[in-house]
Amino acid sequence: MNMKSEQKVGRFGDFGGQYIPETLMSAVQELTKAYSFYKEDESFNRELTALLNDYAGRPSLLYYAEKMTKDLGGAKVFLKREDLNHTGSHKINNVLGQVLLAKKMGKTRVIAETGAGQHGVATATAAALMGMDCEIFMGKEDTDRQALNVYRMRLLGAKVHVVTSGTMTLKDAVNETMREWTRRVDDTHYVLGSVMGPHPFPTIVRDFQSIISRETKQQIVEKEGKLPDAVVACVGGGSNAMGAFYHFIQDKQVRLIGCEAAGKGIDTERHAATIAKGSLGVFHGMKSLFCQDEFGQIAPVYSISAGLDYPGIGPEHAHLYETGRAEYVPVTDDEAVNAFEYLSKMEGIIPAIESSHAVAYAMKLAKQMRKDQSIVVCLSGRGDKDVAAIARYKGEEIYE
Amino acid sequence: MSNIEAAFAKKKAFVTYLMAGDPNIEQSAEYILALQEGGADLIEIGIPFSDPVAEGEVIQKASERALLNGTTLEHIFTMLESLKGKVHVPLVLMTYLNPVFVYGYERFFARSQTCGISGIIIPDLPFEEQNEVKQIAINYGIDTITLIAPTSQERIAKIAKEAEGFVYLVSSMGVTGVRSEITTNIKQLVQEIKKGKDIPVAVGFGIATAEQAEEYAKMADGVIVGSAIVKQIAENLPDTSAKLIEYAQKMKAAISK
Repeated sequence: MNMKSEQKVGRFGDFGGQYIPETLMSAVQELTKAYSFYKEDESFNRELTALLNDYAGRPSLLYYAEKMTKDLGGAKVFLKREDLNHTGSHKINNVLGQVLLAKKMGKTRVIAETGAGQHGVATATAAALMGMDCEIFMGKEDTDRQALNVYRMRLLGAKVHVVTSGTMTLKDAVNETMREWTRRVDDTHYVLGSVMGPHPFPTIVRDFQSIISRETKQQIVEKEGKLPDAVVACVGGGSNAMGAFYHFIQDKQVRLIGCEAAGKGIDTERHAATIAKGSLGVFHGMKSLFCQDEFGQIAPVYSISAGLDYPGIGPEHAHLYETGRAEYVPVTDDEAVNAFEYLSKMEGIIPAIESSHAVAYAMKLAKQMRKDQSIVVCLSGRGDKDVAAIARYKGEEIYE
Repeated sequence: MSNIEAAFAKKKAFVTYLMAGDPNIEQSAEYILALQEGGADLIEIGIPFSDPVAEGEVIQKASERALLNGTTLEHIFTMLESLKGKVHVPLVLMTYLNPVFVYGYERFFARSQTCGISGIIIPDLPFEEQNEVKQIAINYGIDTITLIAPTSQERIAKIAKEAEGFVYLVSSMGVTGVRSEITTNIKQLVQEIKKGKDIPVAVGFGIATAEQAEEYAKMADGVIVGSAIVKQIAENLPDTSAKLIEYAQKMKAAISK
């Protein structure tokens, strides 16, 4: 696109924007203003760093998966262990930032959507810690798939609303949370869980998640004396990937690879591969790429992973794709489940089924690369939540 | 004066809404004529969308039903073309941006013009993003109608200044749907809008009864009723047309008091 659109606030190329009901405009403008103040505010940053380090357990480890590397016989594989964070995924990075910000803004209540439940659990956790009321919206499909996380959120003091509208998955949970926000904006902050939605959310979430690549860069240089050759992360809305990519964007020699959920395969109708199969559209507050039909109706999508089961992708990813800076590859359910089992047996690390999509692609990629090269895989979450579902996928009737 | 402004001239306007394709496209055509017969001064035609984030349950369900029976933009345009000559009140399309974007702005507004559409309301296109469509809409003689909400505050003046047709004043926080009570100071918001531009203001969201309609008509230039009409259509009774005529007459009378 032309220079003019490049310079537009809240845009990544032509992607992004603020396509939301008028009722919410004052809230996003208030948020934009507050964020631009607090992101430069020393005491805010000190508080956030303390929370990340002392509460969430950062910095997360960069682990050299030696056994896996030897088994694959190619590039060295490093795992960025976001699964070791408090609450078990990268989601806490963004949530601590946003809930702290909401508190500074004088809000007393937070609401959030959740897919797999990781973002909901993280939000409920931060709300408990910081003394905020918390309500979580989760599609009925997902409350069934992730029943344990529903209970976890309740245990943390959150109210969980089961969303039965539309396809009853993540996108409908976002719809319902937006509706709830239009009902009550004065005392309520919407803790959006990914690098999506209207400006300033894609920027705020990316900034809070960018700690992943900031640490990774330092850690890999300490271990290897050079930058990695590739960074691989799974992409639904794209928050862990954006965080894992961000500080490497300027390092053109580092390949950035996002792994989309191909479900039963991108040649079927049962996938959530937005880059591979989607097209330009405007939805959930942003101009970006979406899985949709020829009349602009958002398509029902599918993935074994509730966290990747989303018909769109964050606008900055769409921009990285369009400009060729990042690559996006589809990974099927079968490949992800295979990687889930592989990493468990090979390294004794059970990855989230979301993160398993990235592991699966790294397994292919490592073999094609030289031994003096390295890959960083963002292990965005731990797989404990998925164990029963994977057992069922493999034909064992286990319930939590 | 545009078609739409004319609909507000020298009277309080009764603005109605229905979802195209609910329960089917033929009946939508029939109900448009019924609302007109009952005294509607302007009719909003909802275009069904998979994810209507500004709607309450009643319109969400109507949207779902319309999509389930296969309603597309093409069907809606064809239906509207068939009504040419029979409808003399202004028609306004109410749609989320994505169906318009994917159809192509130029193509969408050209087609709307041939169907005799006078305006468009896009609930997920706030003032700051209106450049997406505004000039193209103007080229085809279609007013882009803007919404103002109780939270619009200091933005009211600048939104009103650029407004076309009428201003859609959102009565209260939240999504569309019937409410028993509205606490917003409508009178004051209307005054603030008028300070920005002398343009008709119609109040919508949550208005269902004749009593509410009468009350809000006193504070604004018109009253918008959506969910209450969609609800009657959803009952899908054999005499729905007659009921809509009767309802519109009752509401129009209350507004004109």
